[in-house]
Amino acid sequence: MFYRENGQFKTSYKADEQIFPIRQDRIAIALLLAIAFIAVPLLAPEYLFRAILIPFVILSLAAIGLNILVGYCGQISLGTGAFMAVGAYAAYNFNVRIEGMPLVLSLLLGGACATLVGVLFGIPSLRIKGLYLAVATLAAQFFVDWSFLRIKWFTNDSSSGSVTVSGLQVLGIPIESPVQKYLFCLTLVTVFALMAKNLVRGAIGREWMAMRDMDVAAAVIGIRPVYAKLTAFAVSSFIVGVAGGLWGFVHLGSWEPAAFSIDRSFQLLFMVIIGGLGSIMGSFFGAAFIVILPIFLNQLPAWLNIPMSTATASHLESMIFGALIVFFLIVEPHGLARLWSIAKEKLRLWPFPH
Amino acid sequence: MKLKSLIKGAVLAALSLSSLLTAPAALAQAKEQFFPLLVYRTGPYAPNGVPWANGKQDYIKMINARDGGINGVKISFEECETGYATDRGVECYERLKGKGASMIDPQATGITFALTEKAPVDKIPLVTLGYGLSASQDGGVFKWNFPLMGSYWTAADILIQHIGKKEGGLDKLKGKKIALVYHDSPFGKEPMPLLEERSKTHGFELLKIPVTAPGVEQKSAWLQVRQQRPDYVLLWGWGVMNSTALKEAQATGYPRDKMYGVWWAGAEPDVKDVGEGAKGYNALALNTSGQTPKVIQDIIKHVHDKGQGTGPKDEVGSVLYTRGLIIQMLGIEAVRRAQERFGKGKVMTGEQVRWGLENLALDQKKLDSLGLAGVMRPLSTSCVDHMGSVTARVHTWDGAKWNFSSDFISADEQIIKPMVKAAADKYASDKKLTRRTPQDCQS
Repeated sequence: MFYRENGQFKTSYKADEQIFPIRQDRIAIALLLAIAFIAVPLLAPEYLFRAILIPFVILSLAAIGLNILVGYCGQISLGTGAFMAVGAYAAYNFNVRIEGMPLVLSLLLGGACATLVGVLFGIPSLRIKGLYLAVATLAAQFFVDWSFLRIKWFTNDSSSGSVTVSGLQVLGIPIESPVQKYLFCLTLVTVFALMAKNLVRGAIGREWMAMRDMDVAAAVIGIRPVYAKLTAFAVSSFIVGVAGGLWGFVHLGSWEPAAFSIDRSFQLLFMVIIGGLGSIMGSFFGAAFIVILPIFLNQLPAWLNIPMSTATASHLESMIFGALIVFFLIVEPHGLARLWSIAKEKLRLWPFPH
Repeated sequence: MKLKSLIKGAVLAALSLSSLLTAPAALAQAKEQFFPLLVYRTGPYAPNGVPWANGKQDYIKMINARDGGINGVKISFEECETGYATDRGVECYERLKGKGASMIDPQATGITFALTEKAPVDKIPLVTLGYGLSASQDGGVFKWNFPLMGSYWTAADILIQHIGKKEGGLDKLKGKKIALVYHDSPFGKEPMPLLEERSKTHGFELLKIPVTAPGVEQKSAWLQVRQQRPDYVLLWGWGVMNSTALKEAQATGYPRDKMYGVWWAGAEPDVKDVGEGAKGYNALALNTSGQTPKVIQDIIKHVHDKGQGTGPKDEVGSVLYTRGLIIQMLGIEAVRRAQERFGKGKVMTGEQVRWGLENLALDQKKLDSLGLAGVMRPLSTSCVDHMGSVTARVHTWDGAKWNFSSDFISADEQIIKPMVKAAADKYASDKKLTRRTPQDCQS
């Protein structure tokens, strides 16, 4: 009844090419942004920021990056943790070694380094496909893990291999309190999400999708596989690298290579698969599912006042979480984003479904 | 609707259960001293994490049952499962700190590193007994960190001294090969600066052999041991890594009596599965084990005999259980010390507990009265020294139990002090911190 574009006529190409062509969507997104930028900082307690919102926002960004590679271009990657690590450690080195380096610039340069490494490890994708590529990107994971553990230069000769940053600020504004950190991350994520959305709607996004759907056919109609695949690797690793930098700088403040281990790669891949391959919105859903749900499940017994030992609660958490993953994949193999679009379609017909 | 009735039944059962049993993690009330307990009872480090966590919890229960709290202030606690993962540890910290945390024992070096940044902001002291950041011994820079009783630098130093003694003098170490088989994480890498320093002084060759966490796969590490034939192996492991290392040593034929573990590689779960195969294996000990000390007897009497025990009764008094108990005891004694200054019978804030930790003075008499006679060495902290004691012993596994095989050895302050100072100064300059002034020490 309300969600319907009747009467909204497009009179120019520009109007037709908007990210959100339906007015209701625009209003909803504006509202969502207003809530995220204004209402949440005013209302949420500190715990929510530090333990849930900041990790959620940063991992959403990483999931968007990975989604470009896996969801849009169809190149399975198990090296996401590695690209995050490159972003974080490169940003750290720029930040520490160059006096007065602005935070945003070092994060972006970290992303640029991740791009280089991503493209390098993306080269095998020109020859190998599917699961074989996944195994090749696994090499990136192990190589990067190894180099940050062994090459002391990368960690500024810290004896334990753990690095720390402090005194973050952007344009003179300190990034210290949880609200400031949250807003900083949220701003970056919003910008990157919009850019990613525009990229995947554009010519290059179509090339990626053509590559994903059938690379031979794509090559026949004149899409260069080298260009399409390597740009996907580049854009993806850039975003993932920036997310890695944020994870280290803003969320942890002090980290070691284990923060970007193979587990992180799997976690992000699960986010993308559960959230919805080939959907920017899905990346947020997936991140929410993987980040927030386990913490929620872990605290549930305490909230319901059910006496339960810590170990039992933690085992139950894993069991229910696993069961839910299986459940969602059976109900909707295309991920939570597909459920979302089904809901939107239903809403258009409501209250008079055929 | 069979499922529906089943769910109904389950919910009813759960509700009735919750009303019958009092919740163990009672909500912190205004008049209670709250201790957040970061633990891991699942995952590859659980065999070692569980007794540690049980010791902490049982001691709190015992103090509440026997003494009615600290000068009348009841102690409350809540556990949070970290699984040894840094991000979950940070989440747990954020979850529990709002309830008025007295102190935090993160039980993991990785989590300690992450919390070292956060604790000063939230004004919660971090107690990292025998682990954490070695440089944080310097209370002049690390105001909120307390690596009580030892760090990895003192541990490594004590082991080298012990090996030197066995060889008949530290000068006899010249030309020897000592291998460090370490958990490839900040935990395993911490001892390196000290070992490098010692190897320069005494002229022994230091081999560094990493083991990828969690350490269930060590074939390549032990292949290196077999090729290089070190005279001694220092084992810097935790959790499953330790028992795996001992099994690999057995398979490689490396003599177990040439192996020396850090105090985190010298507990029952590490050697029990290997049994006879671990005979002769040595490790550092910060504390004794066994059920004879009075404090353990009190726990059995006041907690376990009343059915309130956290773990199985026969594991009470194991090496890591006792260590957990000591950590909790130090936290509680810090509260008691703080109460002497800030008001008896009051709930202490994190800031006040920090003062208590900094002014701990546990002499032999005090330890005896706590029922800890012989369990640990006296300890006294100060503003500049957040460690309090640098002494440990070596104990050896005889196939069934741990026996002490050395006297108390103190780490060489001549070597450690300058290193700690240099590392702390570097940290301070990186972070643009200034050293605490003498006035600050009074507050």
